[in-house]
Amino acid sequence: MIDQIMQTLFGRLTPQDFVHDPIMAGAGIAMVGALILAIAAVTFFKKWKWLWQNWITSLDPKKIGIMYIIVSIIMLLRGFGDALLLRAQQVVNDANGVEILSSDHFQQIFSAHGSIMIFFVAMGLVFGVFNLILPQQLGSRDVAFPFLNSVSFWLFFAGMIIINMPLVVGEFSNAGWLAYPPLSGLQYNPGTGVDYWIWSLQIAGIGSLLSGINFFVTILKMRAPGMGLMKMPIFAWSALGSTALIMFAFPILTVTLALLSLDRLIDTNFFTTTLGGSAMLYINLIWAWGHPEVYILVLPAFGIFSEVVATFSGKKLFGYTSMVLAIIAITILSFTVWLHHFFTMGAGADVNTFFGIMTMIIAIPTGVKVFNWIFTMYRGRVRFTTPMLWFMGFIVTFTIGGLTGVMMSVPAADFQFHNSLFLVAHFHNMIVGGVLFGVFAAFTYWFPKFTGFMLNERLGKMAFWSWLVGFILAFGPLYILGFMGAIRRMDHYDPSLGWQGLFIVAGVGILFMGLGVLFQLAQVAYSIWKRKEHAVGPDPWNARTLEWATATPPAEYVFATIPTVTTRDAFWQMKKDHKTNDRPEHYEDIWLPKNRSEGFIVGMAALVFGAAVVWHIWWLLIVSLLIVIVVLVVALTRDDTEKRIPAEEIAREELRRATV
Amino acid sequence: MSHHSPIVDISRQKAEQETLQRKSIGFWIYLMTDCVLFATLFAVFAVLRPGTAGGPSGADIFDLPFVLVETMVLLVSSFTVGLGLLAARYGYKRQAIAWLVVTFLLGITFLVMEISEFRHLIAEGDGWQRSAFLSSYFTLVATHGLHIAVGLLWMLVVIIRLIRFNFKHTDLGRLSLLSLFWHFLDVIWIFIFSIVYLMGSLS
Repeated sequence: MIDQIMQTLFGRLTPQDFVHDPIMAGAGIAMVGALILAIAAVTFFKKWKWLWQNWITSLDPKKIGIMYIIVSIIMLLRGFGDALLLRAQQVVNDANGVEILSSDHFQQIFSAHGSIMIFFVAMGLVFGVFNLILPQQLGSRDVAFPFLNSVSFWLFFAGMIIINMPLVVGEFSNAGWLAYPPLSGLQYNPGTGVDYWIWSLQIAGIGSLLSGINFFVTILKMRAPGMGLMKMPIFAWSALGSTALIMFAFPILTVTLALLSLDRLIDTNFFTTTLGGSAMLYINLIWAWGHPEVYILVLPAFGIFSEVVATFSGKKLFGYTSMVLAIIAITILSFTVWLHHFFTMGAGADVNTFFGIMTMIIAIPTGVKVFNWIFTMYRGRVRFTTPMLWFMGFIVTFTIGGLTGVMMSVPAADFQFHNSLFLVAHFHNMIVGGVLFGVFAAFTYWFPKFTGFMLNERLGKMAFWSWLVGFILAFGPLYILGFMGAIRRMDHYDPSLGWQGLFIVAGVGILFMGLGVLFQLAQVAYSIWKRKEHAVGPDPWNARTLEWATATPPAEYVFATIPTVTTRDAFWQMKKDHKTNDRPEHYEDIWLPKNRSEGFIVGMAALVFGAAVVWHIWWLLIVSLLIVIVVLVVALTRDDTEKRIPAEEIAREELRRATV
Repeated sequence: MSHHSPIVDISRQKAEQETLQRKSIGFWIYLMTDCVLFATLFAVFAVLRPGTAGGPSGADIFDLPFVLVETMVLLVSSFTVGLGLLAARYGYKRQAIAWLVVTFLLGITFLVMEISEFRHLIAEGDGWQRSAFLSSYFTLVATHGLHIAVGLLWMLVVIIRLIRFNFKHTDLGRLSLLSLFWHFLDVIWIFIFSIVYLMGSLS
């Protein structure tokens, strides 16, 4: 009787699920402790109202962007911690019977590392940069659907909490970052891990899909007058390609995760090995999303580097049109290569050949871009600032990654490389050397735009060199180990193989990268502390695009009057025409979205929903679903959603900023 | 309230017009992503259709005349929602409400018929657990049904707002999106009828 009541109330949750081994318990306690500390601090400084009004309910894309970036940085630290543990395990290799991680724990950690780094670091950083930069670069005050933007962020946030919940209760998935069945099926994984993974990604993924639609419409419909598509900054073009990919790829992920979840919840047979199901179907579906996902992440990085290299070479970007064509080509071709992730699965020689050739073809537009960037530097006055260093590091690491990618695109050769550390080194070259370096460049480049002071260049350069050296040390050996036959996801190897030396080198590399992270944290802290010395005006880099035409930090309304664009590098043109200080004769009222709490509530209800599915707490599932529905109905039928900023107030504010 | 100059009001109206336009485009794009979602489910169905695992195939279980009636109900509802939108555009509030109520009832009828079909199959032992074919069949058709249910909820909200409040141009905007959604579901259903039921009965 009591058992029944408990089961109804708590599903399959028991006190036993809170018991963890020391490492996980430590991480869990640290996380909960940090959370309690944060809550205490907010309460102590009486900042709840401020937090609620200025951040949680804000629809301002500048605020939402900053929240994305803060969450992603915290997740980057967590994912980096996972990486340290993984490498430590392989370096020590159970010498003298010292075991750092059990096999099961090792599997959980590499699954967590991959999922978190892709979904909650790379994606979050990309959306953060979109939010901060895109509207301003297009000469717009806002995104197309401000409320939807808030919903997207809070869904992302909910997904982030769900993927971290196993630190406190339950277990993490041990099925790898893409959870192939049958391993991720009920038969081999009856626990909560895979369910956590599914619902974290499902909820965050829906947020990403909504964001994709939002920014796609923003780019198409919110550009300043005169800014034709071929006058957009390349970053906007890359975002257009990236969001188009999101729109086509993420529905596939939604379906795939839903089907896997149905297999686990109500005994359907999509991916089971009996009763007609097909695990291969899952692998095809997940990569039909997964490969475009790679380009969803890397295209914005290409866009960032295009802005950075043009600014710091003091020249307009070389080959604008070919850059646009390359982005479009990559966007389309990225849907024709997914099978190269499983050449070994036995699709047949013809199919493998087709996908092998398509993979080689997609390297061509990427190569075009690399040459364009190099030609942009040619005969330019190159300034070796931190963002530019990240760019130059990227060119090297990304080209190495691209070459090894082409090596793997040959199906016959891939039978050797498949599932080896060679592959691991390759995609880290792309994701770290491409996406992450891109976001780091963006961070240093655009930081003064939003704060009014620069990040310390000296510490930034030290961070860069630590990262670059560490990166080469950490992943160079993996290429060699891959050739020697070391497979990925390996927690033990026979010492007689002689691999330990290379693993130790890789371990030293990761320590250097850790040093880079410390320098970055120090850089931010030091620059904030000495912000007066680092203070700069609105155009510290002598930049070219419209986001630098606004005040620093930008006003809530960003542009007092919407600029009219005549050329590609609109801000550069304004500077040439000496029009940057022009002020209109009169201002008009500006309407901006009011704060809305519904986005936050929907996100929190989605979080509860996710937890309820994972633990089979059906009443809670129904309640949270009802909350989502009711709140959405209320939110979407509201008409009075905008507030007016009167023209007089804008005139006053503009005058104040001009005189300061 | 401070009084606005007429110029400001005109620019304000223009901005509201642009917002509506954006919403319409955004909704079209959402529908396209939904299209990808259904395309994926259709692909899954196509792959798993032979996976009957010794259980029934489509030809054994589909009751075509019944599904034809279901189809007709949905097609007629797509017509009536169009009439409702037309009436609303001309400002005939009562007519608009009447047509929307008719559409709502037709939608409910469709859902009830679908659920009874499912119940029948489950009672015969041909539920989604039976085989991969049945899993994919149930999931594809029920996902469409779920969309219909969402559409019905939306329609209910629109009807209630029409009855309780004065009609605003934002309501008209929402109603035209709803009708777009409803037509879209109709198109999806035509594919389900052709690919799942007709082709399934042939084999």
